[in-house]
Amino acid sequence: MILSEKHQMMQKLFRQFAETEFTDELLDRLEETGEFDWDIHNKMAKYGMMGVKIPVEYGGQGGDSLAYALMVEEFARVSPVLSIYANTSNSLGAGPLLYCGNEEQKQKYVVPVAKGEKILVFGLTEPGAGSDAGGTLTTAVQDGDYFVLNGRKTFISGAPFADYAVIYAKTDPTQKGSKGISMFIVDMKLPGVSCGKPEAKMGIKGYPTSDIILDDVRVHKSDLLGPLHKGFATAMKTLDGGRLGMAAQALGIAQGCLDESVKYAKERKQFGKPIASFQAISFMLADMATEIEAARQLIYSTAVRKDAGDPESSRLCAMCKLFAAEMCNRVAYKAVQIHGGYGYIKEYKVERFYRDARITSIYEGTSQVQQMVISGNLLK
Amino acid sequence: MKYFVCVKQVPDTSGKVAVKADGTMDRASMATIINPDDLNAVEAALTLKEANPEAKVIVITMGPPPAVSMLRELLAMGADEAVLISGREFGGSDTFATSQIVAAGIHHIGLESDDIIFCGRQAIDGDTAQVGPQIAEKLDIPQVSYAADIRQEGNKLTVKRMLEDGYMTIEVRTPCLVTCIKELNTPRYMTVKGILECDKKPYTVFDYETLKDEPLIEPDTIGLKGSPTNVYKSFSPPVKGAGIMLEGSGKEAVSKLFATLAEKHII
Repeated sequence: MILSEKHQMMQKLFRQFAETEFTDELLDRLEETGEFDWDIHNKMAKYGMMGVKIPVEYGGQGGDSLAYALMVEEFARVSPVLSIYANTSNSLGAGPLLYCGNEEQKQKYVVPVAKGEKILVFGLTEPGAGSDAGGTLTTAVQDGDYFVLNGRKTFISGAPFADYAVIYAKTDPTQKGSKGISMFIVDMKLPGVSCGKPEAKMGIKGYPTSDIILDDVRVHKSDLLGPLHKGFATAMKTLDGGRLGMAAQALGIAQGCLDESVKYAKERKQFGKPIASFQAISFMLADMATEIEAARQLIYSTAVRKDAGDPESSRLCAMCKLFAAEMCNRVAYKAVQIHGGYGYIKEYKVERFYRDARITSIYEGTSQVQQMVISGNLLK
Repeated sequence: MKYFVCVKQVPDTSGKVAVKADGTMDRASMATIINPDDLNAVEAALTLKEANPEAKVIVITMGPPPAVSMLRELLAMGADEAVLISGREFGGSDTFATSQIVAAGIHHIGLESDDIIFCGRQAIDGDTAQVGPQIAEKLDIPQVSYAADIRQEGNKLTVKRMLEDGYMTIEVRTPCLVTCIKELNTPRYMTVKGILECDKKPYTVFDYETLKDEPLIEPDTIGLKGSPTNVYKSFSPPVKGAGIMLEGSGKEAVSKLFATLAEKHII
């Protein structure tokens, strides 16, 4: 696919931003402390990255899904974790509000999120409800003008520093599975809301993830998002867009792995020659580049088709996520292999890429969930 | 109030410099970038505009039609208008002819008493640092070069010039021309919104027909014919080898240096 001039400009902007601002010092600090870095968040916010895909009338930049995919790809190419910084607000964060929020909710929540003034996270997963989101046990019981929420959400990216969370809770216990679930915007400062200890993760360090515990949290009915008992359908719609973003992240990580591998293969000498001159290495590079390009074409074209309202886009987004995440892991494996012992050492970028790559086939729908979506679509 | 910013699209000399058989630079085969110092000039104008929102930032360049891609990027950064001066008659201009034509372009738009012209100190391809000052001369306005800090209060600018051995602070009245150095600021990025909206902003091409009646434009002062300088030869200087750092105290390092030079029979 040939990018339009505008998209080429955006690609250049995102690449310049990442290459300039995501310094080695910052990346090392994120890795060592695991803490959220407000300075880089604020800098991204200043340039509107938090609202790249959010309409201008809600404080965003008005870009399309391709602009968003290009941003996540270019950011992840330098830093997978920093690609998450600008991702959440554009996908799972503002997504549910843009899909079914009323005007008042959009103005109140989306505008500050798009500007990076507030952080909104997505709370769907529970200890017993991961791939099977229908197993949600968190409940919301109406009490006058309020809903009383009780339950525990787990692995919520960004929870420890979030201002708001979109929480999925069962409002009609008589309905089974994914039915009878509603969405709520929960202010993280409300009495009864607390967070668990940030998880010690394999990768994506620098964007804390924790549980959200809801203990008799009283949420005003004006913060019910979308129709009562019908939250799950919205969750699925939001996940489509999120999958595209995560596919772009996997693509960026893979490209970063390839960049490092090409550089290293030219520099590293064995048997008196650069290792790039050995077919075993150069063929690995060729395979990596080919798979990356295939994923890129799939992701870019899906982004365009999704915005055009293609009815196939749900299946295509699942395909993007499945292919890109698995490809990313294969490419990261080869990148470490090409680097040999050095690839196992933290000083080399591929060591971090390898760990960061691992999550791409797990979060926002495992590869197996994507296969369920794709095959379910084929066989219906 | 207008802030003119003169910009140039240059070959990216951070890569390999390609030279044609006739000794001139092979610009077509090299990637192009916005001249780095010019980005500092754009940033200076955009920063001053934040304090004077009524001011209009007009970016102006002379070059072949592809230079429009650079102008689009500057509009996406926040400039209000873009002007491309382009025509066969202007081709082959040296700094003398270029400044003549750019000055004519600015004069054509209209230079008013509260206007400021910003230029980068110099372009990375020619490294002459002549076009900015010459534009000021042709327009008969004061100029301040090597600006490391610029403050505006109405019609007065206070500019801190960075010189080799110190700073010089100068006050100047508008209209004036300032050449900017990289120490002045950090240029901002484009924004996605800016990219999406850049085509809605005014973009004008001035060709020879547009400017031919300007007093500064004479057939013998523009283009190759009007250029007193001619490039005899361009070449990439040979790459210098990596140096050797000698560790230790002064005396220790000097004796090591002597030993190395003696070993190589230099002394």
